[in-house]
Amino acid sequence: MAKVKLAESKINKIKEICTSFGNKPGEAINVLHKVQGEFGYLPAEVQEVIAQELNVSVAQIYGIVTFYSFFTMTPKGEFPISVCMGTACYVRGAEKVLDEFKRELKIGVGETTPDGKFSLNCLRCVGACGLAPVVLIGEKVYGRLTPDGVKDILNEYRS
Amino acid sequence: MHLLVCGGTGCNASRSQEIAANLKSSLKDNGLENEVQVILTGCFGFCEKGPIVKIMPDNTFYTEVKPEDATEIIMEHVVKGRKVTRLLYTDPENKQHVADSKHMGFYKKQMRIALRNCGYIDPQNIEEYIGADGYAALAKCLGEMTPEQVINEIKLSGLRGRGGGGFPTGLKWEIASKNHADQKYVVCNADEGDPGAFMDRSILEGDPHSVLEAMTINGYAIGATIGVIYIRAEYPLAINRLLVAIDQAHEYGLLGKDILGSGFNFDIELRYGAGAFVCGEETALIHSMEGLRGEPTFKPPFPAQSGYNKKPTNVNNVETYANIPIIITKGADWFNKIGTEKSKGTKVFALAGQINNVGLIEVPMGITLREVVYEIGGGIKGGKEFKAVQTGGPSGGCLTTKHLDTPIDYDNLLASGSMMGSGGMVVMDETSCMVAIAKFYLEFTVEESCGKCSPCRIGNKRLHEILEKITKGNGTMEDLDNLRNLGRVIKDASLCGLGQTSPNPVLSTIENFYDEYVEHIKDKKCRAGVCKSLMQYVIDQEQCVGCTACARNCPVNAISGEKKMPHFINTELCIKCGACIEKCKFNAISIC
Ligand SMILES: Cc1cc2nc3c(=O)[nH]c(=O)nc-3n(C[C@H](O)[C@H](O)[C@H](O)COP(=O)(O)O)c2cc1C
Ligand code: SF4
Ligand code: SF4
Ligand code: SF4
Ligand code: FES
Ligand code: FES
Repeated sequence: MAKVKLAESKINKIKEICTSFGNKPGEAINVLHKVQGEFGYLPAEVQEVIAQELNVSVAQIYGIVTFYSFFTMTPKGEFPISVCMGTACYVRGAEKVLDEFKRELKIGVGETTPDGKFSLNCLRCVGACGLAPVVLIGEKVYGRLTPDGVKDILNEYRS
Repeated sequence: MHLLVCGGTGCNASRSQEIAANLKSSLKDNGLENEVQVILTGCFGFCEKGPIVKIMPDNTFYTEVKPEDATEIIMEHVVKGRKVTRLLYTDPENKQHVADSKHMGFYKKQMRIALRNCGYIDPQNIEEYIGADGYAALAKCLGEMTPEQVINEIKLSGLRGRGGGGFPTGLKWEIASKNHADQKYVVCNADEGDPGAFMDRSILEGDPHSVLEAMTINGYAIGATIGVIYIRAEYPLAINRLLVAIDQAHEYGLLGKDILGSGFNFDIELRYGAGAFVCGEETALIHSMEGLRGEPTFKPPFPAQSGYNKKPTNVNNVETYANIPIIITKGADWFNKIGTEKSKGTKVFALAGQINNVGLIEVPMGITLREVVYEIGGGIKGGKEFKAVQTGGPSGGCLTTKHLDTPIDYDNLLASGSMMGSGGMVVMDETSCMVAIAKFYLEFTVEESCGKCSPCRIGNKRLHEILEKITKGNGTMEDLDNLRNLGRVIKDASLCGLGQTSPNPVLSTIENFYDEYVEHIKDKKCRAGVCKSLMQYVIDQEQCVGCTACARNCPVNAISGEKKMPHFINTELCIKCGACIEKCKFNAISIC
C-alpha cells in the first residue's frame, strides 16, 4: 500500500467524517460516500486512513471501493461527462454519441483529458429516458443529443 | 386555481424549475400570487412531450412548455381564461388539439393506482398527501385493524411483488410476522437497477409519503419498529424528497414514537447504494446495508428468517409499497377485481425506445401489448415497422409481433420466454439488431456479475465473447448451439437471480429471431445496419449529384470526388460512423 502522504488537514477531515458515523465498520459505505463527496475520489492513502479509523483491514475497504462502481480511485475531470448507456438511450443511438465524444476528446471511457478538463464515463439510466439519448456534464442534463451536437456542447466548456 | 408544473427528472432537465419560477413571478406581476398556486409535482408520465404544465381544475394539459411561455400562460389562460392553443397536445391522427389529458391517447387506457398522486400533489407538502386520503390507511390499520387483519387484507387483494419476482406480498408479510425475534426490520428496495427503468424513482419523487405510509403499515403488520429504504445514490432528487417527507411525517406524529396515539413506534432511515446492480437482489442488498460488499448469499435462510443484522427482515419493492395504502382504504375486493386471474391490479412500465410516446405508464394487468404500443405509445417512431419489445431488462426477453395480442401479466410473460421484471419496456423497430441487443445486455451482466460463482462469472463472459464473434462476422453455426447449451447451464448452476436469468436475452432472441443470427453467421449481414464490422457504406453513382456534403462531413476524409461529379468512399479509411448518410439529401448513400 502506498505511503500515507496526505496533508494533515485532509486526514483530520477524514477522521471527522468517520467519527460522525461513530467509527462503526457497518457504516463504511456511508463514510466512503461522504469522503468521496469531499475529495472527489478515493485514492489508496485515503482508504488507508478510513481503514484505520474504522478499525478494519485496508483490504476490506479496498474491496468495497472496487465493488461499487459509484466509488472511484482516479480523479475526474473538471467537467465530468457521463453518457447514459441505459437501454432507452442505447436504442436511440447513445453509442454513436459516445463515439463522437471519444473522437472529439481523444480519450476512452474512464479516462481524463491531459489538461484535466474533461473525463468520460458511462452510466445507466438517469431517469430522463424521454429525452434519450442523454448526456450529463457535471449536473447538467443534455437530452436528444446527436453526434452532430457534441462539438457545440463541448465548446460551451472549452473557452 | 392550481398550476401544476412537472418536477420529474425528465422535465427538470428541460428547465421546469425555471418555468415554475417564471409562472410565479408573472402571477405576482398580476397581483394573483395569493389566488393561484404554482405546485411542482412528480412526473406526469408523458416525459416525451415535457416539460408539462397542467392547469387545475379545468385539466388543461400544456406540453413542451418553455420558460419563455410562462407569461403567456398567465396572461391568456389565467387572466383571460383563453387556452394557449399552440402549447396544447396535437393528436397525431386527426391533428386536432386536445386540451384535456383525459382525452389523450396516452392516458385513455391507463389506470393510475400506484401513481395516483404523481403529477397531482406537491410531494414536498404532507398536507396535500393527507388531503388526497393519505395516512388514512395507516390510521385505519392502527385504529381498527389487528396485524392479522392487515395481513389478511393484503393476502385477499392478490397483490404480488412488483420488484421482479412477483411473490405474493401478503404471504411474505405473514411469514415475516410468524418469525419471532426481539427486533425485526422492514426494508424498501429502491435500488432500481434495470437500465432503462425509472418507475420507482418517479414514485419516490412524486409521492414519497405513500411509501413511508406503507412501510409503517408493514411494520405494524409484522411487528417491526425500524424501516430502512435502500436507495441508489444516483437518485439525488428522490433522496431529497424522501428526507423532507420523513421530517414532515415526524412533525405530524406519523413516524416516531406512539404513532397517532396507538402506542406503536416506527422509524425510517435511508441507506445509499453505490452503483452495483446485484445489490437489488435482496440478500446482496442486506449485506450492502451492513456496510459490506453486496454479494448475494444462498437462500435459505430467507431474509424473513435471517436478514438485516441477522434478524427477520421483510423486503418489498417501492411500487409494491405504493399499492398498499389504497388497498387498505378501498379494500381488497376493490383491488382484486382489477387485472387477470393470477395477476391483480396494475403495473407501471417505463415505456422507452423507438416509440412515439416515451414515458411512464400504469396499466391494468391483462392489457395487450398492442394497446400499449399503438394506443398508449402512439405507435413506432417515424412510422417504422414494429419489431420487438424487451421486458424484464437484463433478466428478461423479447416479445414479438406474435405476442401483440397476449394479455400482459406475470404468467403470460414467463410463458412467452420473457418476464415482468421491474417494468422496463423497450420498444424496438427495424433499426435494432437483435444480436446486438443481446450483446448489449450481456455486456451489462458481465460488468455487474459479482463474481462469486463461476457459472455466472465465467459463463456470461463466454456468452459475450461468442456474441462478439458473431457480430464481427466470424461466427459459426456451432456457436449457436454453444450459446444455447451454455445459457442453460448458467441458468441452472448460478447462485442468485442475476446469473439465473442473465442468459434470457440471448436465449429469447435466438428463439424469436433465429434468422437474424443465421444471417450474421452465414451471409455476414446485419439487416438493421448496426453491427459495424458487417457493413459497408457505398455511394450510388447514379443518385449522387456531387454536392460534396458527405465529403465535407466525413471525420476521416474517406470520401473523394470532384464537385458535381459522383463521389466515392474509400472503404479502407471509412470508420463507419454514418455521418455521410445523414448528410446526403439525395439518398445516394446506402449500407450494404
Ligand atoms: C439481480 C437482481 C436484481 C434485482 N433488482 C431489484 C431492484 O432493483 N428493485 C427491486 O425492487 N427488486 C429487485 N430484485 C428483486 C429483489 O430480490 C426482491 O425480490 C424484491 O425486492 C422483493 O420485493 P417485492 O416482493 O415487493 O417485489 C432484484 C433481484 C435480482 C436477482
Ligand atoms: S449468479 Fe452472478 S451475481 Fe449472482 S452470486 Fe453468482 S456471480 Fe454473483
Ligand atoms: S461512414 Fe463516416 S467515415 Fe465512412 S465515409 Fe461515411 S462519413 Fe466517412
Ligand atoms: S452528399 Fe450525397 S449527393 Fe452529395 S456528394 Fe455525397 S453522396 Fe453525392
Ligand atoms: S436510459 Fe438513458 S435516461 Fe434512461
Ligand atoms: S418528467 Fe415530466 S412528465 Fe415525466
